[in-house]
Amino acid sequence: MKKFNVRDHEIVPEHVIISKKDVEALLVKYSITKEQLPKIKSADPVCKEIDAKSGDVVKITRNSPTAGKSIAYRLVVG
Amino acid sequence: MTKLKKIGKIKFGLLSPQEVRKMSVTKIITADTYDNDGFPIEMGLMDPRLGVIDPGLRCRTCGGRPGECPGHFGHIELAAPVIHIGFAKLIKKILQATCRKCGHLLLDEEAKKKYQDEIKGLKKIGRSTDYLIKDVFKNSVKIGVCPHCGEEQKNIKFEKPTTYMEEGHKLMPSDVRDRLEHIPDDDVELLGIDPNNARPEWMILTALPVPPVTARPSITLESGQRSEDDLTHKLVDIIRINQRFQENREAGAPQLIIEDLWELLQYHATTFLDNEVSGVPPARHRSGRPLKTLSQRLKGKEGRFRGSLSGKRVNFSARTVISPDPNLDIDEVGIPLEIAREMTITMNITPQNIKECKEYVRRGADRHPGANYVKRLDGQRIKVTDKNSEELAEALELGWKIDRQLKDGDVVLFNRQPSLHRMSIMAHKVKVMPNKTFRLNPAVCPPYNADFDGDEMNLHVPQTEEARAEARILIAVEENLLSPRFGGPIIGGIHDHITGLFILTRGTTLFDENDALELLRKSHVRDLEKPAMHENDKPYWTGKQIFSLILPKGLNLTYRAKACENCDVCKKSECKMDAYVVIKDGRLLCGTIDEKAIGAFSGGVLDRIIKEFSPAEGKKFLDNATRLAIRAITHFGFSFGIDDEDIPQEAQSQIDEIMMEAEKQVKRLIEAYEAGELDALPGRTIDETLEMKIMEELGKARDQAGNIASQHLGLENSAVAMATSGARGSMLNLTQMSTCVGQQSVRGERITRGYDGRTLPHFKKGDLGAAAKGFVKSSYKTGLCPTEFFFHAIGGREGLVDTAVRTSQSGYLQRRLINALLDLEVKYDGTVRDTRGLIVQFKYGEDGIDPSKSDYGKSVNVRRIIQNITGQDPAEV
Repeated sequence: MKKFNVRDHEIVPEHVIISKKDVEALLVKYSITKEQLPKIKSADPVCKEIDAKSGDVVKITRNSPTAGKSIAYRLVVG
Repeated sequence: MTKLKKIGKIKFGLLSPQEVRKMSVTKIITADTYDNDGFPIEMGLMDPRLGVIDPGLRCRTCGGRPGECPGHFGHIELAAPVIHIGFAKLIKKILQATCRKCGHLLLDEEAKKKYQDEIKGLKKIGRSTDYLIKDVFKNSVKIGVCPHCGEEQKNIKFEKPTTYMEEGHKLMPSDVRDRLEHIPDDDVELLGIDPNNARPEWMILTALPVPPVTARPSITLESGQRSEDDLTHKLVDIIRINQRFQENREAGAPQLIIEDLWELLQYHATTFLDNEVSGVPPARHRSGRPLKTLSQRLKGKEGRFRGSLSGKRVNFSARTVISPDPNLDIDEVGIPLEIAREMTITMNITPQNIKECKEYVRRGADRHPGANYVKRLDGQRIKVTDKNSEELAEALELGWKIDRQLKDGDVVLFNRQPSLHRMSIMAHKVKVMPNKTFRLNPAVCPPYNADFDGDEMNLHVPQTEEARAEARILIAVEENLLSPRFGGPIIGGIHDHITGLFILTRGTTLFDENDALELLRKSHVRDLEKPAMHENDKPYWTGKQIFSLILPKGLNLTYRAKACENCDVCKKSECKMDAYVVIKDGRLLCGTIDEKAIGAFSGGVLDRIIKEFSPAEGKKFLDNATRLAIRAITHFGFSFGIDDEDIPQEAQSQIDEIMMEAEKQVKRLIEAYEAGELDALPGRTIDETLEMKIMEELGKARDQAGNIASQHLGLENSAVAMATSGARGSMLNLTQMSTCVGQQSVRGERITRGYDGRTLPHFKKGDLGAAAKGFVKSSYKTGLCPTEFFFHAIGGREGLVDTAVRTSQSGYLQRRLINALLDLEVKYDGTVRDTRGLIVQFKYGEDGIDPSKSDYGKSVNVRRIIQNITGQDPAEV
């Protein structure tokens, strides 16, 4: 069977692992600890695809009906 | 602020007899409460060590005063064990699952081990073990011979409420307790019980805790007689029987008597815990009223949980029926004098207000804005009376406090249940009035969803300056004109306000100076503009001019009114319906004011004023508009009667013809169907096609008839005026009244249920015609024939059921949603977080827009900005 990459699907938003430095900046910006970020499982199909490991932070860029583009961050767990 | 405390864990378990004795401050042995001098008897039910309730005394155990001392438990040593009624069923299950001789669980070692491991695994990952436990009980009951000691098991039957029979032989509670004692801890665990916190034998009571007196206070009646709490009465019964049991046993009474007394003790212990057990007659008070015992205190709507813990009652609140008063401002609320005199605001006396305060105190409690109480620096509260008012007023000092009665202009919170959205509680300004109802401007009915058919509303008086400031700034009616749901006005003109302005502004009605000023009498407008025309040297103004006077200067707006017929080419200002509305610099140049201008939920003019000027300006406009509308509608007079549904003879015959034609058409369709000539529509069966075609035909007929009727009913007809202005009702309502009610339906289909092959015995079997399937040809005015009436009742009932089901379902849906979301908060950095600080959204709604400040959900209205800058509508350029 042909392998299908979930990231190619049009309703799957763009996921990018962000660098350690960017994570630091993000935590400072919202004055939070890593644990206060929303979570995503490392077993999530997209995480598997981009090879995100527990402890990474992914940046998700979605199309939003209200704001055009919206950015969210998730901590990879489990 | 008190620091937040986290609950580490909650442990559930049973009280062991040792624990009961350990926490007990005294053993209770006598059933008497007080001696002849009125002092509590030691080791009696009112023992002073159990806590204090009489003011002035101190607790003998902890030394606390009433209110400080939480009370302390005592205990009764039961002469014989009794079953705890709450566990009766579980005891039965355990007895059946364990060996009658050795107490082991009736499973072999292998099965036991298997369950133990599985339970351990599940507990480790924090999952529920319920289904495994159920399995253990199910499997062990089946086994007839104990795998451990080889004892044959006898069948145990449970006879409600508290008797256990082993093959015709009664098990006394002491026997039961013996058996439960024998169960090893390991086996207890398999029964779903943690042996460290709850041994099964503790389900049999041997020592009964006696609740502290603070939990069952006695009250002194006016006659000086003491009246005891229900729980105390029950405890008295228990002790009496307990004593008698003991005496009889020691005297060596026959077994029969002992057993009877044991039963009686069981009965009292049972009803002490729960007085509503099935199979047990409830214990009654001397008057015949069932006693309210422990379980009854917790259960139900007024019980501890729903009534006392999750539900609270508040002071400084009032509730009464509401009624309308269009002369009030929209942010006012009329309050009965009696309520205003009862409700108070605490004033701290300062150098600035001491004179004012003295005046309130001097007036006393009986002359309206007065004061009810004075609070001195030492904390003493003195009631202001006729006699001491002068004296108190003179004695007032800085730092004292007075409780001042509510007066005009105070801020209060006004609320109507169900409080479904934030506009269900708004801050109003007080207006003290005679009579006994709360009065409010009918324009604020939509956010509260209130009407005046007997609705009651609540009122709360904020007690601190901070609360009052918050009420003014955040909760005031003025601040809630726009709904956070869709960003449009939720408060606006209703019914008569819309009709009034509709007839005032429609066409060019002329008014002389007297009439014009009369209309504007209550609208804070004093100067008329240049008259539109002169006749016989007398100046005349148009209704549009008069309305323009209450519009703010600088308002520009163009839109199409509700009456717009969506012509292919808009005739703009030449519109024959006068539906093209143009407002330039606060002057209504053409068009008619209707629901789309000032209505709640849809008022465009109102919306623009609030957003482009200010909420205050919007409030002013709404006040003026509603008053002008009321004056206008009373000026013209407006009524609706049965003759408004009259239709001229020639129209009636036209309608009859249409109906005949439709019926013929239906007959033709049926004939075609029966002859098999009907072609099925794509995706439908022939039967469905026929149904659809008939429905369509009859619908068309009703609409045609309605159109003919409305041709003969002009805007001079009140119902038409209300429908086209959007004030109330629709043309469909009017058609149903005057022409034809139309097809009745159940689940969107013609009515088919009833007898075999027909709806009613008045029709032939298999009749598919219009009348046989619920088409109502008559109008409400002519009246329905019996079969039509029946079909109408069917259709109407479906509507009622639908609304009932929908409201309960959507109500529960909303409750769950709110419970899930209620702790989320938008923080100052724009993120949405829960109570732990966990981020839910990085920007509220992804765009950070407050919908109540948005333009119908959009953050910017580009078209509007262009129009404001260039002065031209971009659509027209």
